[in-house]
Amino acid sequence: MRRTFLKSLLAASTALSIGAMGSASAELSGSVNYIIPFGPGGESDISARFQQPFFKEKFGEDMVISYQPGGGGAVGWASLNGLNADGQTIMGVNLPHIVIKPAQKDVGFTTEGLNIFHWFHFTPDAIVVEVSSPYQTLQDLIDDAKENPGAVTLSGSGKASANHLAQIKFDSMADITTTYVPFKGTGAAVTALLGKQVKAEWGYSTVGATQGDAVRMLAVAMDERHPLFPDVPTFKELGFDMVGGAYRGLALPDSASDETTQMWSNMITEINQDPAFRQQMLDGGFAMLDVGVDEMDEFMAARTEGYLADARAAELIE
Amino acid sequence: MDIGSFFSALTPLNLLFALFGVVAGTIIGSIPGLTATMAVAVLVPITFSMEPASALILLGAIYTGAIYGGAYAAILLNTPGTPSAIATTFDGYPMAKRGEGDLAVALACFASVAGGLVGAFALLFLAPPLSRVALAFGPVEYFWLSIFGLSLIASLSNGNLAKGLAGGAFGLILSTVGVAEVSADIRLTFGSQTMIGGFGVVGALIGLYCIPVLIDLVAVPERHLKVEKGVQSVRIADAFLLAMKSKFNLLRSSVIGTLVGILPGAGGSVAGLVAYSEAKRNAKPHQKFGEGEPDGIMATEAANNATVGGGFIPTLVLGIPGTPPDAVILGALLVQGVRTGPALFESGGSSIAYTFIYGLIIATVLMLPVGLLIGRYAYKSIVMIPKAVLVPTVAFMTVIGTFAIRNSVSDVVIMILLGVFGWVVGRFGFAASPIVLGLILGPIAEQGFVQTWIIGSAVGDLSGMFFGRPISQGIVAFTLISLLYPVYSAFRQKRILANSGGAA
Repeated sequence: MRRTFLKSLLAASTALSIGAMGSASAELSGSVNYIIPFGPGGESDISARFQQPFFKEKFGEDMVISYQPGGGGAVGWASLNGLNADGQTIMGVNLPHIVIKPAQKDVGFTTEGLNIFHWFHFTPDAIVVEVSSPYQTLQDLIDDAKENPGAVTLSGSGKASANHLAQIKFDSMADITTTYVPFKGTGAAVTALLGKQVKAEWGYSTVGATQGDAVRMLAVAMDERHPLFPDVPTFKELGFDMVGGAYRGLALPDSASDETTQMWSNMITEINQDPAFRQQMLDGGFAMLDVGVDEMDEFMAARTEGYLADARAAELIE
Repeated sequence: MDIGSFFSALTPLNLLFALFGVVAGTIIGSIPGLTATMAVAVLVPITFSMEPASALILLGAIYTGAIYGGAYAAILLNTPGTPSAIATTFDGYPMAKRGEGDLAVALACFASVAGGLVGAFALLFLAPPLSRVALAFGPVEYFWLSIFGLSLIASLSNGNLAKGLAGGAFGLILSTVGVAEVSADIRLTFGSQTMIGGFGVVGALIGLYCIPVLIDLVAVPERHLKVEKGVQSVRIADAFLLAMKSKFNLLRSSVIGTLVGILPGAGGSVAGLVAYSEAKRNAKPHQKFGEGEPDGIMATEAANNATVGGGFIPTLVLGIPGTPPDAVILGALLVQGVRTGPALFESGGSSIAYTFIYGLIIATVLMLPVGLLIGRYAYKSIVMIPKAVLVPTVAFMTVIGTFAIRNSVSDVVIMILLGVFGWVVGRFGFAASPIVLGLILGPIAEQGFVQTWIIGSAVGDLSGMFFGRPISQGIVAFTLISLLYPVYSAFRQKRILANSGGAA
């Protein structure tokens, strides 16, 4: 009697769990929560807002964007793996932040612990000057820095960020000494530039797009010139092997199922391939990228190695 | 300045959006913990299928309604509904305790409309030149501005300077907990993951203001607020007369609010504070600021609603958000493909900007009837509800409001602990405002100082950086005035008493 009961219980629970697994072959149920681990208005927010209408059109669900700023992203990323893993909640992730921060100190998360499923764009590093600046070319800036070491001030977003790393890397490539002034976010860095509080800015190509004629970009860190800025040379052309910037992608809590992760990777890839979406991003000064779950491990390994090496050279980490 | 745009702002659909926005914003803003930024962020997706101008009108209306709505909780519960209503508690709550809460709410409405209109007209006529103010403020100016704000805490502490300064200092310490913005160092977290996020302003605000009120409500048998007679609309006429008498105060406060709104990162709380301090400094002898003086409420509410229009100036002209809701609205604009920049204001450039500004003006005007109506109902309900219902409801809302900020239970726990702490020190005469203001101004002061130091050292002219720039010299002068004026006027009082004593 007991034996039969236990057997049937076992059978029932197996059936149930198989059934549950089956239904977990992922589907969206209701609106999704897209958490940005920064305050509103930055590049992460804007690229998410671009995705919002395409998501609704393609998959029929609302994308609700919310903000969880703090610690330059650390607060959000530290909380990610504690969130609901049913596939309704995703969070933005940024490189190099998620590599550098855990390497510096205990920030509540590890790079490997984040379940990243897509990198969908990057904003290439660029040196931006205000339109009335005496620097017409990159060489002008380099010359000034050589004559007055440390006197050339460049604003940028945060410390140990893409901007900061770019400044350190370029300084060593060009053999100059400039001073990096960290600000809270790209917005504040641009304000300082426009207000002539600093001589230049380590920003991104997106700054050139949003500020238009008020600024001039001296060089951009891409393989080829950005379609929106055909007159702006790449660092490579000018003899400096610098390609990169801040990468932005998306992650799920690590306990999300493989099906859910794959589903999200496919959905974001679909949005990313949409020509209208790509055009909107390019017009905003972004550069596109397509790294889904399949290419994730390789991409992350290469990036992590590169950033850690740069950070060590910059003495940001040991 | 496009008259055609005025008529496009006046279409029935846009009017509906303006009305809906103001109502929704007012209600959301009145709930402590739900900020204007949240209100705007949540409602942005609705705007994707709308015309850009209509979307802007809706978002602007929500924003201005939320800033006004923050006054309700400030007046009736001594808890700012949004950080921009902090200074409204100074005179709002004492007025409510006296039984004049309905007058206070009506005053807040008139003042908010006045301030909102001044800000919107500044946006309409003076946006491009005023945007240069935003750029003229560099790190050193922000540093001195936050020192000025902290000095205001001292002069506003109604005689107990030492306790006010201690509260402010404590707030400064609280602001250092977590990750430093400039150096990215982790401070005072004692190894705890929860503390990495630091003390959020809104959570601390709710805790330090609201929890002591709730505890006192429970501890004391009397009704929460005195009720004079029935709630009548007579107070609206009274409020209007008072507002007309205070025209200069309203104008001055609105101008202050507009200017502070133009500065990215300053915000409504700083605006209200500066306007209040100026109003107090220019008070007539019979006015008792801090004990329920109508001019106090009018000053702060005019200033904080003026930041709405003022904040749009750098947002639309420079693409740099003046305040956090502006950042969200900017994102919504970019999705619509609207390019910010001076071109928006040139004729033929784009009618979107002008349609929006006219819409904002219309929404602000609509806020008058809407605000008075909602205000009356808010007042009625808070005053009539038995404490047994009021206390749990408010307590519940504070928990929800705090949780909603970062989806974090630890935020709620911190809020409650801070609240109990606030109640305890409140019994020893330490007010909540200095602590909260220290919390808000600390990061601004620190960033400003460190950035100024870096730039100053780089160009080799540290003292010139800190003391040599005209705007910062002006701010330093104001700081000294606000610190020394109370001393001076107390000295003068003594003199007058001595003289009249001698004469008699």
